[in-house]
Amino acid sequence: MTTNLDLNSIALRLKEQYGQVVFAEPDYLEVTAGALPHIAGYLKNTPGLDFDFLDMVTAADYTDRFELIYRLVSIKNNTVIALKVKCGRDRAEIPSLAGLWKGAQNQEREIYDLFGISFTGHPDMRRIVLWEGYEGHPLRKDFKEKAYDAGN
Amino acid sequence: MTLATEPFILNIGPLHPSTHGVFRMRVVLDGEIIQDVEPVFGYLHRGVEKLFEQRTYKQNIPLSDRLDYVSAINNNWPYVMAVEQLANISVPQRAEYLRVIMAELQRIASHLLAVGSVMNDMGIFFTAFMYMFREREKIVDLLEMVTGQRLLYNYMRFGGVSQDIPTEFLPALDRFLKVMPGYLDEYDTMLAGNEILLSRTKGIGVLKAETAINNSASGPLLRGSGVNWDLRKSAPYSVYDKFEFDVPLGTAGDCYDRYIIRMAEMRQSLRIIKQAVEQMPAGKEKTPTPLRLRPHAGETYTQVESPRGMLGCYLVSDGTEKPYRCHFRAPAFINLTVLKELLIGQKLADAIIIFGSIDISMGEVDR
Amino acid sequence: MSTAFLLPATIAPDWPGNFWWHLLIMTVLLIAVLMISVIMFIWLERRVIARFQARVGPNRAGPFGLLQSFADVIKILTKEDIIPALADKPLFWIAPAMAFVPVLMILAVIPLSDGLQLADINVGVVYISAVSAITAIGIFMSGMSSNNKYSLIGAMREIAQLISFEIPMLLALAGLVMASSSMSISGVIGAQTIPFALTQPLAFVVFVIALLAEINRTPFDLVEADSELTAGFNTEYSGMKFAVLYLTEYSEAVVGSILISTFFLGGWRGPFLPGIIWLVIKMLASFFVILWIRSTIPRFRIDQSMKLAWKTLLPLAMFNLFIMAVKTVFAPGLTNWVAVPVYLAITAVIIIYWARFMRPGRQSVGI
Repeated sequence: MTTNLDLNSIALRLKEQYGQVVFAEPDYLEVTAGALPHIAGYLKNTPGLDFDFLDMVTAADYTDRFELIYRLVSIKNNTVIALKVKCGRDRAEIPSLAGLWKGAQNQEREIYDLFGISFTGHPDMRRIVLWEGYEGHPLRKDFKEKAYDAGN
Repeated sequence: MTLATEPFILNIGPLHPSTHGVFRMRVVLDGEIIQDVEPVFGYLHRGVEKLFEQRTYKQNIPLSDRLDYVSAINNNWPYVMAVEQLANISVPQRAEYLRVIMAELQRIASHLLAVGSVMNDMGIFFTAFMYMFREREKIVDLLEMVTGQRLLYNYMRFGGVSQDIPTEFLPALDRFLKVMPGYLDEYDTMLAGNEILLSRTKGIGVLKAETAINNSASGPLLRGSGVNWDLRKSAPYSVYDKFEFDVPLGTAGDCYDRYIIRMAEMRQSLRIIKQAVEQMPAGKEKTPTPLRLRPHAGETYTQVESPRGMLGCYLVSDGTEKPYRCHFRAPAFINLTVLKELLIGQKLADAIIIFGSIDISMGEVDR
Repeated sequence: MSTAFLLPATIAPDWPGNFWWHLLIMTVLLIAVLMISVIMFIWLERRVIARFQARVGPNRAGPFGLLQSFADVIKILTKEDIIPALADKPLFWIAPAMAFVPVLMILAVIPLSDGLQLADINVGVVYISAVSAITAIGIFMSGMSSNNKYSLIGAMREIAQLISFEIPMLLALAGLVMASSSMSISGVIGAQTIPFALTQPLAFVVFVIALLAEINRTPFDLVEADSELTAGFNTEYSGMKFAVLYLTEYSEAVVGSILISTFFLGGWRGPFLPGIIWLVIKMLASFFVILWIRSTIPRFRIDQSMKLAWKTLLPLAMFNLFIMAVKTVFAPGLTNWVAVPVYLAITAVIIIYWARFMRPGRQSVGI
């Protein structure tokens, strides 16, 4: 079974390095958007942690903010860690992790497509499942489908 | 005299015999050699994640079948598990075993289809495909016996499965378990040593372990590169920790290894089913759940090893009857990240095989 | 212009009428024979391949589904004839005829029975190889004029394949000409008291493989390559024009099996039964082998196919020519059943030895 890491100790180590940007929660580490690439890079490259596999990236819309969830897996140590990033809804921008894990590319494009969160530094920030020129981002809670709502 | 040449652009798909659905690759060709690839997604995008938010928890189970329509039972599993975790529903032991048996049967069926269609891409005019379908038919019959359906089974429920197995199922399964290894041997004799097959797959589409990990590849694609990562072993869910089975690993990471791994995984699945049938306890197949299920507010992430890789479900509940957010980590979608890297520099004919060996199902890729 | 060169050398003595009657009757007969065999061969192919693939095949239209092909013809003739807007219309129109007519022309020199042939010209072998190459031009034209990239790739492959495989094929035939000291087809048949398949097995092997490539059958069906190029050169064709291309494909198969039986299996010769029956039996046997190969072997990649032609078949054909030359000079009379095992042994040794150099892939050669 994947072992649970002591999130508090990792958070302490990260705080030493990067300042007050990391907060340990019971299930995940909460990270500020600006510090995300540094912390992800630290988790990926530090011997002993070796989170070399980006399992999943996704987002959720909480009407007042977006929350992004990153799940990192260390295949070597069989451990899992979840990072959470909050960002405002009006100018949603998050640094991209596609430079660290190419596996993030398509998933970040999908989040951009469906939530409208743009990832700075992503090599190919375009819509992925919807077509070019589609208006709006469907998974936002305030999304209204034009044709659908016009009928009602 | 030198002739001026220029690369030309070829659209493979969205309607093409070898894209296994409606996938499109915009390929820049220099003669037969691929210089650039741009995968284009979205032709089968149905907005499943949005649909999940608009239906009640129970209504969503059949919808999750429709993600990866080739392995529907495996798709129910992470969603059902996630809801069970949020709502604190316990699952009877018998139900867990039934889930394992059905999911492993489904895995064999899915791998048969995957291997068969790769052979078809390679130009064995439907022969291997038809042989694989002969056995897939037997599995589908077994699944039909239990669920009444042949493609989208809608089998799992919160706290168990929709129905217990009928009395004639176990003898039929027994017969299947007896004949299936023979059929697998037959495939090996026909295919594994074929000189043309070897020359078309060995050393083609080599994916190094580091690249595979960096690209978040999973399933046979990752294990073909020699990375030992099978959720059934490394993070056993359900009752998988009670079975003995091996995780077949590749060495070279080429198309041949991916093919061999799928064949070997079928044998391992047979082993698991055999043990599951022996260990299966008597008891109820389902714990009753309230009709209008309202899980506690919170979020969870559950994962299973589907035939295509790590299939995850990220579920957020706000305490109402409908999921607040439901995201599926679709293994086929993420496996396609590596496509560009694999295809550039290959010949057109190889590209088709490499694409086939990744084994995607468009329902899952586009969702 | 004199028509003397068309005059048959031997006409059966009881043949009615003069030259023109002969020409008319034989032409009608040959076209009828070709059409009927094509229709029967299509039915045969579908039934036989179905058996290979563990299914039944068409069995609804008429007894054993014999009328299936007629139903298909009716269907295909009622289809709309679409010409792509940007196609090269004159070429697009003329290409199917250009591909089909040469196949028909080959039949002119084939004896269906003793003396039952349109023209026994004294350069029959050269005539066949010259005329058969024109088909490729027709196919190239159809691919080129369609203004479709798949068709274009198919067309380029066709030409590359033709150039490569024509050479070993002709060299293999040169051995026959040497052994029978005649270039007319009836001369070649006349020399086969023992079929050339036994006295020149090496040439037989080379010829059959090269022929498969010439008529674009698996494993050399790169021109159509349904999994890569959707349908290759005939992607854009529909209706009657497609029917003619389809007819060409099967006429090539019919003529191909006639050529195998004529050159290597002794043509119409055989004990007890009339000549034409023997020819049909041998044709069916040859066609069965073609089908067998089609339903079991994957397709080569284009560079592997070229490599096979230039690096394997060409040297083998040279070997055969060399052996025949030595035999003709030093032991011209050595053509009896005792020598057959020796020939077979030599062939086996050469092929097994040569196969060590021929791993048709593993590493690719540039094209």
